[in-house]
Amino acid sequence: MTSPLFPHRHLLGIAGLQPHEILFLLDEAEQWVTLNRSLTKHDDRLAGLTQINAFFENSTRTLLSFEIAGKRLGADVVNMHAATSSVKKGETLIDTAITLNAMRADVIVIRHASSGAVALIADKVDCPVLNAGDGRHEHPTQALLDALTIRRRKGQFQGLKIAICGDVLHSRVARSNILALTSLAAEVRLIAPATLMPPGIEQMGVTPFTDMDAGLDGVDVVMMLRLQTERMEGGFIPSLREYHALYGLTYERLKRAKPDALVMHPGPMNRGVEIASDVADDVNRSVIAEQVEMGVAVRMACLDVLTRNRRSAT
Amino acid sequence: MTELLAITNAQVLGGGTSILIEGDQIKGVDLPCPPDARIFDAKGATVAPGIVDLGVFSVDKRACIAGGITRVALMPDQNPVLDEPGIVQRAALAAKPDLWVHPLAAATKGLEGRELGEVAMMRNTGARAIATGRHWIADSGVMMKVMAYAASLNMTLISHAEDGGLTGNAVATSGEIASRLGLASAPAEAEAMAIARDVMLAELTGVRVHFRKVTTARGLDLVRAAKAKGLPVTCGISPTHLFLSEVAIHDFRTFARLSPPLRSEADRQACLAAIADGTIDVLCSAHDPRGPEAKRLPFADADPGAAGAETLLALALGLVRDGLIDEVRLFDVLAAAPARLLGLQCGQIAPGAPADLVVYDAGTPWQIDAAKFVGQAGNTPFDKLPVQGRVHATIKGGRVLG
Repeated sequence: MTSPLFPHRHLLGIAGLQPHEILFLLDEAEQWVTLNRSLTKHDDRLAGLTQINAFFENSTRTLLSFEIAGKRLGADVVNMHAATSSVKKGETLIDTAITLNAMRADVIVIRHASSGAVALIADKVDCPVLNAGDGRHEHPTQALLDALTIRRRKGQFQGLKIAICGDVLHSRVARSNILALTSLAAEVRLIAPATLMPPGIEQMGVTPFTDMDAGLDGVDVVMMLRLQTERMEGGFIPSLREYHALYGLTYERLKRAKPDALVMHPGPMNRGVEIASDVADDVNRSVIAEQVEMGVAVRMACLDVLTRNRRSAT
Repeated sequence: MTELLAITNAQVLGGGTSILIEGDQIKGVDLPCPPDARIFDAKGATVAPGIVDLGVFSVDKRACIAGGITRVALMPDQNPVLDEPGIVQRAALAAKPDLWVHPLAAATKGLEGRELGEVAMMRNTGARAIATGRHWIADSGVMMKVMAYAASLNMTLISHAEDGGLTGNAVATSGEIASRLGLASAPAEAEAMAIARDVMLAELTGVRVHFRKVTTARGLDLVRAAKAKGLPVTCGISPTHLFLSEVAIHDFRTFARLSPPLRSEADRQACLAAIADGTIDVLCSAHDPRGPEAKRLPFADADPGAAGAETLLALALGLVRDGLIDEVRLFDVLAAAPARLLGLQCGQIAPGAPADLVVYDAGTPWQIDAAKFVGQAGNTPFDKLPVQGRVHATIKGGRVLG
């Protein structure tokens, strides 16, 4: 049995979530924003539960965010890094999943470099699984924290014009955000070089632009993506400086957006590539630090909601 | 004295109720049954030429016998690669007498697309045709030499039709589904581009070229045009691309990870039209049994390929039931056409032809169940699909098997 308000065993992606379920998770996160701003940032509802963060791909920020989220809820949090795990010794993903399951984890948070890998593991374990990013597929908690940040600043989503800019092709952040924001009735635009625009993406209900100035015209939110420089060996763009010239967010470009447009970035930033430092650091425009803060709250909400069922059973 | 076998009470494909077999050859249809002949009562089932499966990746005897396949052309993508006469000779003997393997000689050494393979020597040890394997020969100069050389030996070249520059590390066809799933994809046009080049080179060199799998509308249009021009160009397909579209990969099902990848529904419809109008010459299983170690992985990390030998006939009979082709034409694409391509005398029920036959009942309903496969692996994307048409017996060289 799962909660009628969130009838899902796992959180594998935004795909499959109803708008009211997304809003439910955002509502749940609000209490954790409040708690996290207080002095004693602690709640014991996950006490005694084991949370395993299994990261098969390097991450500093997301891993830290999930670790803090779990600890603030009282869970015993264990991190498994691919670099120090038997994965390097050739153990298959399924065997790793079975191992984690046998250790009686109560919730598993997984990041993996291959699209669909997290769902594959979720199939083999008895506890809830949270997708912390699978390949280019989905990164649902990032989309939720972005949505929470936008809602707290703009009040709601209906009719908001939101531009997602940069390496959309390789971005799970972009896919999850497209799903969440279109589902919440925002108008989503994608801005990317033609070589980094996924084929057929307009069928997800978005408008693609290759001209950044045109795409930014009148938008309420500018969501920048990290240029995956490590993926650039395929020759997707001629050079970083040309990329910056065409797709870098500068003050000059930002003038195209609404005067109160928010600037967002999932981090880590390539300063001077996809975003100019002065824009990134402008406290009046940039909500990048707030995104990080919302990230902890949203992850606390997801951990809490997904483990409710287990806790009520005992 | 040679042993006589009479198949009686049968519906012989093309007409007749009995077949007399002498040794390993067909003696004739509806001949009087000699008193010393052993009798095989077909109990009203259909008897057709044994399937000649053009392009399998593994010698899977049990799966083939279960599927009515009496001969396979083995792809050169083996370990080691079929690029040396001794290796070819060994492969040719791998499953005799129950299943005859006709190795396909690697067009280039190691299938690397650079140096010509010793195809004439491999022909002498049993290779029946030349193949580029699951690879595209990127260098057009190399491809032209491969073709010219094959033409001079009067051997068919079997080509893999995907432009490798476009496909790169793609595991899906470009479009909404691949983009939603976040899978590396290549445009469907990669196939037509490869065919366009190879048809042009075939025209230059005069080689007989066979595209093992053509799966897109634009690719089929090019094959159709080449045929209209009178060029010796043929093509094949397997049931996966006739009965499944890219929708089958939506939940990252690795059993639907294929090479070439599954296509759009529009392309699938074009494939069905092309089998009906005769553009597609050959239907093959592309049998590629893969165990969990190659398939229980994230989609992009899994090996491509599906086990197809045991389901080929039942799925193919669906084309007959849907009225796309009749049963005679079905066995042209399953047996006669591939036999012609390989220069074999089988694939037909005629006096003097090898007694390679399949006995089946087109009406028997059953459900595909991967767990019950008798072959090397059960990686079928058709698991749990209800089908009709069951193999009762496979007869190889006059011997009744399973």
